[in-house]
Amino acid sequence: MALSRIASSSHASNLLKPLSTALSIRRLISSDSTVPLTIETSLPFISHKCDAPPRAVDTSASELFSFFRDMATMRRMEIAADSLYKAKLIRGFCHLYDGQEAVAIGMEAAITKKDAIITAYRDHCTFIGRGGTLLEVFGELMGRICGGSKGKGGSMHFYRKQTNFFGGHGIVGAQIPLGCGLAFAQRYSKEENVTFTLYGDGAANQGQLFEALNMAALWDLPAILVCENNHYGMGTAEWRAAKNPAYYKRGDYVPGLKVDGMDVLAVKQACKFAKENALKNGPLILEMDTYRYHGHSMSDPGSTYRTRDEISGVRQERDPIERVRKLLLAHDIASEKELKDIEKQVRKDVDDAIAKAKECPMPDPSELFTNVYVKGLGVESFGADRKEVRATLP
Amino acid sequence: MATLFQGVGAVTPFSASSSLDSNKLLLPSRKSLSISDSRGSIFVYRSDALNLKAATRLQLSPGHQKRSPSEDLLLHQSRGSFGAFGLYLHCLRIAYPWHELLLFEALREGLEEEMERDPRVCVMGEDVGHYGGSYKVTKGLAEKYGDLRVLDTPIAENSFTGMGIGAAMTGLRPIVEGMNMGFLLLAFNQISNNCGMLHYTSGGQFTIPIVIRGPGGVGRQLGAEHSQRLESYFQSIPGIQMVACSTPYNAKGLMKAAIRSENPVILFEHVLLYNLKERIPDEEYVLSLEEAEMVRPGEHITILTYSRMRYHVMQAAKTLVNKGYDPEVIDIRSLKPFDLYTIGCSVKKTHRVLIVEECMRTGGIGASLTAAITENFHDYLDAPIVCLSSQDVPTPYAGTLEEWTVVQPAQIVSAVEQLCQ
Repeated sequence: MALSRIASSSHASNLLKPLSTALSIRRLISSDSTVPLTIETSLPFISHKCDAPPRAVDTSASELFSFFRDMATMRRMEIAADSLYKAKLIRGFCHLYDGQEAVAIGMEAAITKKDAIITAYRDHCTFIGRGGTLLEVFGELMGRICGGSKGKGGSMHFYRKQTNFFGGHGIVGAQIPLGCGLAFAQRYSKEENVTFTLYGDGAANQGQLFEALNMAALWDLPAILVCENNHYGMGTAEWRAAKNPAYYKRGDYVPGLKVDGMDVLAVKQACKFAKENALKNGPLILEMDTYRYHGHSMSDPGSTYRTRDEISGVRQERDPIERVRKLLLAHDIASEKELKDIEKQVRKDVDDAIAKAKECPMPDPSELFTNVYVKGLGVESFGADRKEVRATLP
Repeated sequence: MATLFQGVGAVTPFSASSSLDSNKLLLPSRKSLSISDSRGSIFVYRSDALNLKAATRLQLSPGHQKRSPSEDLLLHQSRGSFGAFGLYLHCLRIAYPWHELLLFEALREGLEEEMERDPRVCVMGEDVGHYGGSYKVTKGLAEKYGDLRVLDTPIAENSFTGMGIGAAMTGLRPIVEGMNMGFLLLAFNQISNNCGMLHYTSGGQFTIPIVIRGPGGVGRQLGAEHSQRLESYFQSIPGIQMVACSTPYNAKGLMKAAIRSENPVILFEHVLLYNLKERIPDEEYVLSLEEAEMVRPGEHITILTYSRMRYHVMQAAKTLVNKGYDPEVIDIRSLKPFDLYTIGCSVKKTHRVLIVEECMRTGGIGASLTAAITENFHDYLDAPIVCLSSQDVPTPYAGTLEEWTVVQPAQIVSAVEQLCQ
């Protein structure tokens, strides 16, 4: 291992690889081991009207490794989207998630694909977490036919029905009642699944949130409302927008938990706890204390309402990927070089996806009218059995 | 001049044994005469058990409180061949079993049949469960199907409409009831952005088979906020279908069609039409959501209308027929999309169009319909399209003022006279 560190050039490392494996000290844990590891979260959970889950999180080396890889993919994807936007290949609105990856990844680790997730417009990474491919993301962002919504949705409208990802919504807060509807359907069909409804600190002041919370609590719906608190609602800091910025407490009669959203293991623990709780006791609020490095969207520099020192400070101290990297190195699961290789591979994957998406065609003009209505264009008159077309209206 | 509709049930005794009573007035819709086409779609309108002359007299006297609204549909006198035809229909009526009910009961029947048929159908709204619905449309359903399927929601239109849409995304088929259509303005964001657009923006992944229904329109001195006509606001939303029911027969059929449709459908009912009584077939039937209804075929002029104005038009038609005109009355039923096929065929025949609606003048359904007809059938028109709509004012409380905001039969008659010159 020591030898491989010295060899920085790829050519040299190729030469030295066989030597290094022969001479290396056998690693305590290999990166694909599923031997359980217990790691403590960096910060304790703060709870409201419930018992906080334990700080010791069960994980494994392979899980941590996958965290790193997935978060690196997401980070790279968002940075690439930034450059594509500046190159005017992505137009309109583009809300980037870099800095908040731990929330998406940690949540996925705690739940199954049968549980539903619904979020707002900062959805690129959540889509990836739910099984979306990089090609679908870049295709959709560039408005190509290979995109997740066939190019008709755009940055704010990623959906994936087969893995129960319900989007992707542009209007702040409008997804919260939808999320409660998803939970209602789960309770109606007596499925043992939960719905995670994500919203931001800006949406936390919307009336619909409290209306939906009231209904979810009234009928014991398995809805978990997750406030991704990145401390800025568009350009306004949370202390300027909310009288009570303790979002986990604002559910009042609904239990809440405040989680360090930059620690992927804490997020995983909290989501696991929330799922168990929601299935038994009804809704729960999770407040993820997280941070976004970019501005609200690509048209926002992000530095007019916060200082660059603050951004770089968070990046140095709380960055989710760095945290996992340190864990991996500390527990000897992977070497510095391997992690760098992964990042290189990720970069390559992202570049490949972008190149492929660029080659993809734009939707055909006839696609303008498809999918407005489920059957035909709504200008066909159907018989009473709704199967045969009686007349086509001019 | 205001026609005040009251519950027929409260008014006149209905003798069940009088199935062969010659006083019964049978009024078929021409379209329904082909039995093979629409089974049992023969309309039977009930008089007040008085003879024809008396009925006519009643109709022309304004302010008569206790009158069956179905009397406004009398036009047999002009048809001439009533006697033989009436006998024919009597025979048909015996052949096809019918039952009589009020419009809200017809809606409930349709709803119940669909809930029985498909366990995914559920209802949510204010007071729909234990209270039975503010217009009794969901009465008895909560006892039968349970509180989860007939859900009493808190007064939070935005979120329970959103909830319905979210549930629809997963495959449930909710029916969201707005206690009054005007309250759905609070849910406009959910209806426009999520309900209408999710199928498109998800590239076809999600369907939203939701039905949003509720009473709207000008009632009896309900005040400005409770007398709104939301058809005009919703009509531009891409992705939704809008239908308006006007009789118990089409209420039940449209309700069933709306529930079975994979598209989001907004079903507009009218506050004053809930107590209309009619006989509907016993057997199951579903109507088409995109078709208009030919109420009265004619030759001189096409009158397009929907919902409550249908009755004003039919009342005016009686007067017009006496004056020698032959209006063709079409209840457009489908507000989005318009059934331009039926309308077009009619325009090609009569060359004159009068639109009578309860919507506002500016940007209402009539305005869109005028534009659509002009674009498509301009060559067939002999005269400009006249659109009679409500005045562009908030509906006042005072009864006399309220009468004047809505189109009255006398105005319809004079408009037709002017058009047919």
